[in-house]
Amino acid sequence: MKRTRLIFSGSGGQGVITAAIILAEAAVIHEGKNATQSQSYGAAARGGSTRSDVIISDEDIMFPEVNQANTLVCLTQESYNTYKELVRPGGIVITDSRFVTTTKKVDAKQIELPMYQTVMDKIGKPIVFNVCMLGAVLGVTEILKPPSVMDVLKSRVPEDFIEMNRKALDLGMDLGALRAV
Amino acid sequence: MTEKIKFVQGNEACVEGALYAGVDFFAGYPITPSTEIAEVLSKRLPEKGGKFIQMEDEIASMCAIIGASLTGHKVMTATSGPGFSLKQEALGYACMAEIPCVIVNVQRGGPSTGNPTHVSQGDINQARWGTHGDHSIIALTASNHQDVFAMTVDAFNLAETYRTPVVLLFDEAVGHMREKLIVPEAGEIARVDRLRTSLGKGVDYHPYLPREDGRLPMSDFGGDHRYNVTGLFHDMWGFPSNNPKVVSGLLHHLNDKIENNVHNITRYKEHFMDDAEYILISYGSSARSAIHIATNRRARGEKMGVLELQSLWPFPEAMIREKCANAKAVLVVEMNMGQVMRHVKAAVDRPENVFLVNRIDGKLITPTDIKSLLRVIQGRGV
Repeated sequence: MKRTRLIFSGSGGQGVITAAIILAEAAVIHEGKNATQSQSYGAAARGGSTRSDVIISDEDIMFPEVNQANTLVCLTQESYNTYKELVRPGGIVITDSRFVTTTKKVDAKQIELPMYQTVMDKIGKPIVFNVCMLGAVLGVTEILKPPSVMDVLKSRVPEDFIEMNRKALDLGMDLGALRAV
Repeated sequence: MTEKIKFVQGNEACVEGALYAGVDFFAGYPITPSTEIAEVLSKRLPEKGGKFIQMEDEIASMCAIIGASLTGHKVMTATSGPGFSLKQEALGYACMAEIPCVIVNVQRGGPSTGNPTHVSQGDINQARWGTHGDHSIIALTASNHQDVFAMTVDAFNLAETYRTPVVLLFDEAVGHMREKLIVPEAGEIARVDRLRTSLGKGVDYHPYLPREDGRLPMSDFGGDHRYNVTGLFHDMWGFPSNNPKVVSGLLHHLNDKIENNVHNITRYKEHFMDDAEYILISYGSSARSAIHIATNRRARGEKMGVLELQSLWPFPEAMIREKCANAKAVLVVEMNMGQVMRHVKAAVDRPENVFLVNRIDGKLITPTDIKSLLRVIQGRGV
């Protein structure tokens, strides 16, 4: 793997930034890679579009922002509309089918997954929507080994919630694996 | 081993460096984008027996660390532009009274309250001349978390070595970004601790009487010795004096102790600098984009290098003149209106070959920004 650039986007409160941090941390701590995670801060904490950029590489990473993402994740229509041009031609766009209607004008493989619906049906708690999304990213791209991400989750999540997170990650991976590239 | 590898924000790397250097007193007032430094220290410092105080404002924070340092502690405060402005008066007092302390300024857009959540490097000259009078000061900076850690340790060491305030000029992009940090084992990086007087209790102690090597041993205030500390010009007892000899002697001392040690204080990194014809001079987060460009250009066989400055004050004039002697062009990459560029122009033999590549809109300067100006300078159009 040379260098993978990802953009996670959605609305404030959906946990896209936390998901980005978890992925990048897993790459650094558990897979010995280099990674950067950055985000644009604004005055608003909740609502509105949020975005976080992650670069994972075996080499040093200098410029930490992503202009041409290998993988773009959009969890709201607004973030899809705002960031869809930032996917690299031939790259991957992962969207949640409940929140985003995609257009054909994007030169990338667009993968619509019922992540939110699956989480609500199988777990019933929207709080792990972001972890399911992370599972889907792993399923589609195989960018990191799932146990690496699970290890980070274990270190960040209270013990009583670990099983719920594991289930959400698995659900996402199953959804993603069906559309693996 | 793995617990020593961390994935953290630049601000947390600064905290790790401060703890490694032995900080045991922090006073501050939260301000974006520096807040995480106070936030993390509010937890970490009490855990190791240190003191964390959130003061009523930035002025009080600066005064509190000065007092704590005098009593023998390693101290730090952290802020951003508006808070750094407020600290200037007390900063001058620390210069005059020669009190070791570390002031972190995680730069955001200014002037005034400016652009709180966005990156800038607009406080470079403020760090040098923000407080009045002919003082001297040390300011360090860093472009990545490993260096944020190392420079923070260095800042504490230099503060003790030269009995001076040291400013850490980080910026929002490095402060908020997350990347890998490897915390060195204890002892891997040398630590300079307080030079204390060997004079016992009851023996006359002169707080401003230099040893033969020029250094001034300190005595923990409130401890074995009674002495005076003032922002006025003062004699070796620390008492006010307007004797012309005393005044000029002290002012020379305050400047000489730092300016005569530029070679010892200068910190920089060279990236692809061997035989470089085009030199990018940069620092902080801007340097990341400069290194990105130079890496790509070298792969294409272009003779381009980056001179990354890690100490900004005292300005490393002689080093820059030497490194740039054979350059066809020198591009200073920074996020301000040319604050370092002007000093580079003054340092090099051919100032007409020095160009500014800047960005001042709150966005991190990109490799593309540098590339487009490079094309113009190289006569290849836009």
